[in-house]
Amino acid sequence: MKQIPAKQTQKTKPAKSNVLRLGSRRQRLRYNALGILFASPWIIGFLCFTIIPVGMAIYYSFTNYNLFSKCDWIGLKNYIDIFHDKYVAKSLSNTLYATLIGVPLGQIMALLLALLLNQKKIPGIPVFRTVFYLPTLVPTVASCMLFMWVLNGQYGLLNTFLGFFGLKGPYWLTDPNFTKLSLIIMDTWACGTGMVIYLAALRSVPETLYEAAELDGAGPVRQFFSITLPSISPTIQFQVIMSIISHFQYFTQAYVFSSITDTSAVAGGGPANSMLFYCLYLYRKAFLQFRMGYASAMAVLLAIIVVITTAVVMYFSEKAVSYDAE
Amino acid sequence: MKKIDGSILSQRIFRAVGILGLLFFTFIFFMPLFWMVRTALMSDALVFSVPVRWLPDVPMWENFVTVFQRMDMQKYIVNTLITSVLPVIGILFSCPLVAYSLTKIPWKGGAIIFPIILFTMMIPWQVTQIPMYSIWSNLGLTDSFVPLILPTFFGSGYYIYLCRQYMKSLPTSVMEAARIDGANDIRILYTIVYPMCKSVLTTIAVLVFIANWNNLNGPLLYLQSSSKYTLSIGLQQFRKADNPEWPLLMAASTVFTAPLIVLFFFAQKYFLNGISTTSGLK
Repeated sequence: MKQIPAKQTQKTKPAKSNVLRLGSRRQRLRYNALGILFASPWIIGFLCFTIIPVGMAIYYSFTNYNLFSKCDWIGLKNYIDIFHDKYVAKSLSNTLYATLIGVPLGQIMALLLALLLNQKKIPGIPVFRTVFYLPTLVPTVASCMLFMWVLNGQYGLLNTFLGFFGLKGPYWLTDPNFTKLSLIIMDTWACGTGMVIYLAALRSVPETLYEAAELDGAGPVRQFFSITLPSISPTIQFQVIMSIISHFQYFTQAYVFSSITDTSAVAGGGPANSMLFYCLYLYRKAFLQFRMGYASAMAVLLAIIVVITTAVVMYFSEKAVSYDAE
Repeated sequence: MKKIDGSILSQRIFRAVGILGLLFFTFIFFMPLFWMVRTALMSDALVFSVPVRWLPDVPMWENFVTVFQRMDMQKYIVNTLITSVLPVIGILFSCPLVAYSLTKIPWKGGAIIFPIILFTMMIPWQVTQIPMYSIWSNLGLTDSFVPLILPTFFGSGYYIYLCRQYMKSLPTSVMEAARIDGANDIRILYTIVYPMCKSVLTTIAVLVFIANWNNLNGPLLYLQSSSKYTLSIGLQQFRKADNPEWPLLMAASTVFTAPLIVLFFFAQKYFLNGISTTSGLK
């Protein structure tokens, strides 16, 4: 809201200069034409790759579309079936589990690394930053391969390591109680993007706040909770929302992990369907069973869930977020 | 005096904990990468030796040769390059155009388009994937690279957003001056704005390249014949064999990862600043 008046003054100012003044009506038409011309790639793309497909998806969700022959209107049947599909329930609970554990863990790790990198007078910070960021660069499929090996029950790096301390690690990839944790461990390892964003936020907190707190005798812990956290709260809010959305769309890692540990099952979500995430199930419905109508209904529900969740998280976090530090 | 001593002590402890933390996490984050490369250089038998062997006696570089023979890696690499470089060109063509329209052309459309762009970023790609698949297959364009490349020439919400955030901060006076001199907007965009946007465009180029180099979902839907496979699909198919040959898989993963790490070191200066300053709020 605040930006609009600023923009208008910017816009009217050049209008006073002699460049834009002559023939203001013709000029306006010219600018409209130019604006449309420059925005035309997006306008065409928006129609072809967003509006039309979204409309089609909504239409398909009321049909028994199967890509080849059928596309009959069946009303709300898909939606009713979804509510009675036990695999949908399973996939939702898996997705929720991964979100509730994965989002906080990933964000805390990213923030912790950023805090470590934000220390004063420690040599070699850029080197540490690069090391922490490198895992993010490993392509998802490659890091899946790597972690299937690192988490191998008998010969893997993690269990070898736990063995040094006399601990016996679980069979991460085949024990249904640990498969989701395996994915979460892998994703937490690749938290570099969040770390870089948090680091930038930490560096923008005014130094004077800390100096004042130090004079008042506040220790590092107190400073963190009273200054650092409130100052970077808008960044945390943004990151948490983005992370929740991406967890709802969790697909690639689950697909790669489950495509190996499982071959025959109907739903195909790894051991005991413990890695059957919502979008993996959606993919299998659409592209392995060709129940496109059903899958479209699942996708529409996903979009609704994402929008509602985002709104709810924003509403409840708004009070905790302070914008005045910006 | 006592109080000051106490605070100095606690500062020292914090500093020590901080340094230890850095070293600890360096170890944790680096170990899997080390594990990948060390496995890639081992024989199949050595990998399963108990107790664990951390390094091979003689590094088996021939694993990399074997991978290229067994997996048609050249083809995968070429395909992956096609599906990563062309989208970079597409995005660098389309997104600055749209961002320029939104920020530097005084028209009312910009204020309508921008919120729509933000909103489209919230639509999960699962919603559009089924209709898009049926459209491309009706056009006979599945099992080709077109569905992976063509859409990028029409912009993408997130990259338009990044570009717009940066362009907004550029001074308009230079462009005004160029307009007085009779330069048209296309020329202004390519000769004045592009050079000014070097850092954000580098960031976007690297992000797009990485995203497409990584992409599994697109190739999984659209590339059916193995001659069209990208590295993601090729690697995933290779792993499907019942008895995984870990050294070969890790060698292939290393080959898959290495270009991104090289790219990162070249673009690091722009890149890390770019993602942190542009992908935050506002």
